[in-house]
Amino acid sequence: MIKKYAVLLLLGAFALMLLPFVTEVTPFEELSPVAQKYVKDGPDELGSANLVSSVIVTYRGLDTLGEVAVLFIAAAGVGFMLRRRGDAKKPVKREASGILRSGTVFLFPLVLLYGIYIFLHGHLTPGGGFQGGVVIASGIVLLLLAGVSAKISGTVLHWIESLSGAVYVALGVLGIVLAAGFLDNRILPAGEFGRLLSAGAIPLIYSLIGLKVGAELVGIIDAMQKDEL
Amino acid sequence: MTLITILGFILIVIGIWGMLSQSNIIKIIIGFSIVDTGIHLVMVSIGYLKDRTAPILDETVGKAEALARVVDPVPSALVLTAIVIGLAVTALMLAYAVKLHEMKGSLDIHDLKELKW
Repeated sequence: MIKKYAVLLLLGAFALMLLPFVTEVTPFEELSPVAQKYVKDGPDELGSANLVSSVIVTYRGLDTLGEVAVLFIAAAGVGFMLRRRGDAKKPVKREASGILRSGTVFLFPLVLLYGIYIFLHGHLTPGGGFQGGVVIASGIVLLLLAGVSAKISGTVLHWIESLSGAVYVALGVLGIVLAAGFLDNRILPAGEFGRLLSAGAIPLIYSLIGLKVGAELVGIIDAMQKDEL
Repeated sequence: MTLITILGFILIVIGIWGMLSQSNIIKIIIGFSIVDTGIHLVMVSIGYLKDRTAPILDETVGKAEALARVVDPVPSALVLTAIVIGLAVTALMLAYAVKLHEMKGSLDIHDLKELKW
């Protein structure tokens, strides 16, 4: 009982702490100086039509590398904790319905294609590597739900993940050699603004991130269910 | 501030209530997820400027007028990062929950007494 009141008291104090944000802070009218620089110089400097992508991949590219690293460590942790033992008995699964099965066979290639589209067009439209990777992983979840065996080899998955991560870092280092700094996207020609092949290395880096995130999430899903994918 | 900010704060408070008052580990993880979502809403709403559009340039929003017409891209980028980290942390917590259930056969935190004194 006393715990309940303590929780309520704590929540009240917390809400009181947040209150000045609501009452006293006025919304911004102008972009902050940093954002002004990104919006004003970004398109000409990097050639990316999606300014959020230019911030994520180039201006704050190091953060994104850290983020990919965190995702990798989490996936490794999940895989370590839920690793299969050989003697684990297979759970009894109910057969998926015919509608789900034929729908999955039809939809899975489209979902995969859509994921690839999202990460290839990350510098032009809303989207990017992380979103595309998640869409690809959702296609795999669909396969699992329908009970369609995909025969995805774990070795291939690990190679995709490690290679894309290594090439990502290598591209970053190439930026130091050929352009202004680590993860600079101007190692490739900027191209025509607003076209698919533009914005230097941004589409390339986003594709690598997409492959890596997709492979990692499939690994997490694979670890979380008992039988083989 | 805007309505979205207030809604974000409400979600944060609801999530913290869930984490403090529930004793089922899955429900605590759901509470964490709700806090996460609330924080994302608050961050996005801070970067939002009234009557402006997404920071993506095309035929309607050209390079020249971008400065006066787009919202702040930095909070959007931060939230994108935060969503992915939130996903990773949630997956890790769920893995812990599965492991705990394997060991104890229960998801109630009152059954886990090792760290109590």
